[in-house]
Amino acid sequence: MDATNPLATTGRGPSASRVRSGRRIADRILILASTAATMLGIVVLGSILLMLIVEGVKGFTPELFTAPTPGPGSEGGGIANAILGSLIMTFIGIVIATPIGLMAGTFLAEYGKTSKIADVIRFLNDVLLSAPSILIGLFVYTLMVRPMGTYSGWAGAVALAIIAVPVIVRTTEDMLRLVPSPMREAAAALGAPRSLVIRAITWRAASAGIVTGIILALARIAGETAPLLFTALNNNSWFNANLLGGVPNLPVMIYQFALSPYPNWQSLAWAGALLITVTILALSVLARFVIKEQRQR
Amino acid sequence: MSASPAIRSQIDGRNPADLSAPVRIAVKDLNFYYGSFHGLKNINLDFRDRQVTALIGPSGCGKSTLLRTFNRIYSLYPEQRAEGQILLDGQNVLDSKVDLNELRSRIGMVFQKPTPFPMSIYDNVAFGLRLYERLPKAELDVRVEESLRKAALWDEVKDKLKQSGMGLSGGQQQRLCIARTVAQRPEVILFDEPTSALDPISTGRIEELIEQLRSEFTIVIVTHNMQQAARISQFTAFMYLGELIEFDATTKIFMNPAKRQTQDYITGRFG
Amino acid sequence: MTALTQQIALARESGTAPRIAPSRMGDRLFQGAAYGSALLVLLVLAGILGSIVYGAWPAFAEFGFGFLTSSAWNIGTEQFGALPAIIGTVAAALLALLIGVPISLGIAVYLTQLCPGWARKPVAMTIELLASVPSIIYGMWGLFVFAPLFARFVQVPVSNVVEGLPIVGTILYARIPSGVGVLTAGIILAIMIVPFVASITRDMLDQIPTVLRESAYGIGCTTWEVVRHVLVPQASVSIIGAIMLGLGRALGETMAVTFVIGNANRLSASIFDPGSTIASRIANEFNEADGLQLSSLMALGCLLFIITFIVLIVARLLVRRVKVA
Repeated sequence: MDATNPLATTGRGPSASRVRSGRRIADRILILASTAATMLGIVVLGSILLMLIVEGVKGFTPELFTAPTPGPGSEGGGIANAILGSLIMTFIGIVIATPIGLMAGTFLAEYGKTSKIADVIRFLNDVLLSAPSILIGLFVYTLMVRPMGTYSGWAGAVALAIIAVPVIVRTTEDMLRLVPSPMREAAAALGAPRSLVIRAITWRAASAGIVTGIILALARIAGETAPLLFTALNNNSWFNANLLGGVPNLPVMIYQFALSPYPNWQSLAWAGALLITVTILALSVLARFVIKEQRQR
Repeated sequence: MSASPAIRSQIDGRNPADLSAPVRIAVKDLNFYYGSFHGLKNINLDFRDRQVTALIGPSGCGKSTLLRTFNRIYSLYPEQRAEGQILLDGQNVLDSKVDLNELRSRIGMVFQKPTPFPMSIYDNVAFGLRLYERLPKAELDVRVEESLRKAALWDEVKDKLKQSGMGLSGGQQQRLCIARTVAQRPEVILFDEPTSALDPISTGRIEELIEQLRSEFTIVIVTHNMQQAARISQFTAFMYLGELIEFDATTKIFMNPAKRQTQDYITGRFG
Repeated sequence: MTALTQQIALARESGTAPRIAPSRMGDRLFQGAAYGSALLVLLVLAGILGSIVYGAWPAFAEFGFGFLTSSAWNIGTEQFGALPAIIGTVAAALLALLIGVPISLGIAVYLTQLCPGWARKPVAMTIELLASVPSIIYGMWGLFVFAPLFARFVQVPVSNVVEGLPIVGTILYARIPSGVGVLTAGIILAIMIVPFVASITRDMLDQIPTVLRESAYGIGCTTWEVVRHVLVPQASVSIIGAIMLGLGRALGETMAVTFVIGNANRLSASIFDPGSTIASRIANEFNEADGLQLSSLMALGCLLFIITFIVLIVARLLVRRVKVA
């Protein structure tokens, strides 16, 4: 049998294909199944978005952004307090996490490199990256809520910061590693001290990537619910300016209202869910565009 | 037979080596290690003031390693270490008490690939200046212009000083790096294969520039291009497998080398 | 000396342009801050373990090893055991893998082998966006969209068919076909881990040299054969790592599960019946708990810590340096 000889195949006629039908079928099944799997993913995302829009848009009234959450059984109401609480805690969380994550990522990429301690920290940071967020809630509960004797926005912000740090550490390190070492050498060769080389040259060269990490961290913590349940909670319509006592926030509000028997609460939960999902998806898409710019440099 | 006619033609008409020029850098019994690998073996070599000295040899012979010891840039990497002495104006730069940053401001370095910083052309040049001198804005402007002129780049960039240095062409970027180095007014400038990433025209401009800079600076250049060494240097050191095989006036090395290995290399029999 | 070098020398000596050495102190401080921040990561991890063990201690002291094997959860008599929650956690996570892994591999194969070039980026991005949808939204989707459909089109017909049959009649029988239960949780978890497992697998498949693929196609292999005999064996260790990473997520996932698992405290033999996982139990009861119940919830958290961290450590050892998930 000679595959290169055209007569060998034509002589056997079209029915006697060299590809056994078993192989064909396996191939067809693979193609069909993997295409179906991909379609399924797209359909689920579409269905989620459709659900949020259908149920959520109804709740988008001016009152949503001006009125606080209503009490049980009362009419109307908004989620202004939850939006504000979420914004404040997310902001404080990212403000705490950014310097720590940036410096720790800088340590891994610029100082520690392949040392034992850096390897250990890098590894455990990766583990922390996918650790269950509810455990972080339990930690912050023990660390802050219990000693302080009250739920607080501060505890919520710290819990969110702990979730954000590993994301920032990881992206910062990855992005700093993309900066070519001759760039560092050139700055060092001008007599710039190491810390200045890092701050003025390496950070700047990796800035878009580092910003992406911070945006990704924001997207990650903006929808976190479990750790806020035990730290910030959501039990009052407005909150203290000192953030002590419960601080209402979108995720916990959604959790409590969605499962409540009151139609106006449910409607507020849907509106909040739409708001938070659109924000997070927008942040994720934004992060992708920023990182693209970094890669093009 | 010594060098090929192509290289001979480059030698003719060059500035002769000035053997009376004072020694600027004296390398004494230098050994270098990458971890356990012995990268440089007992190097002894003098570099003279306001002369261009070329380091040539096949890849991996240690010529870049030697260059990287002068400003101790290798010390960015903990596994690399040097032993022996490198005297810059009589002071041993390998001494642990030497302030590395101050040393590096006195010895400039230009790298194989252009390394513009992610900032404006102006800030690229001013970066090194701001490190060690507090200058009023007007004076800073003067120094930036002066440096860009010395690097033969001023006319091309004078209208876009605020634009990013990353947007220039390869040859322009390399001249920007030279301007950045020159701005600090170093005593010595190290060139590590400065033209290997550039096209022939840009290469020619950089070579002319090095020739001009020689009037002010002591220059050491690593090159894998023998014709380039012959064109622009007054002294040439030939290195092989971490050892200094021969060092002499460039004319001597290319026309009448003393060692068999040098002869083999410049006639293209290996390397 | 030339005029210029003289000038320079003069300038250097006279001090009109003094060389100001930047302070070494600043350098040290900066490095110290970097090192300190990195150590903080270790400290947080130690803090999580320490605080949970501290909180869990009374429960471990009271119940000992019996905590692991007891299925009691009685607030009145203060008797607590972890068995139903552990089984629920493991069952939901394994169901998630069973369903999610084939889908993930299918998506990875589609994206790397079959997808037309122009569609690759948008399709990959859509799949990856699934990863950024918050857990609580999956919970709402699961409870309000998926569960009713699941009850009507799966639970009811299947229960009718299997009723009275041995084994399947138990495992696949819904006493109350409400749509929520362990299998529903498994399905929702499967959807949640798909983007992670798929994107890591895709990256691993992408890293396999094109030559290898082309030479396999070159000798007449079908796509199935290339995937089965060339690509999967090459990337198998990483794919297993990616699956473990997905498992780690499924084990610790809280909000989505809390919505759809039904939160029953007892064990049921049917995967259609409600159950609970460690995380859902904690989320449900923590805020109203005190005393031994609180401590027992902490003890559950401690078990979750141990299980997920073992899984995640194994996963990370198998997949070194995957992209930020």
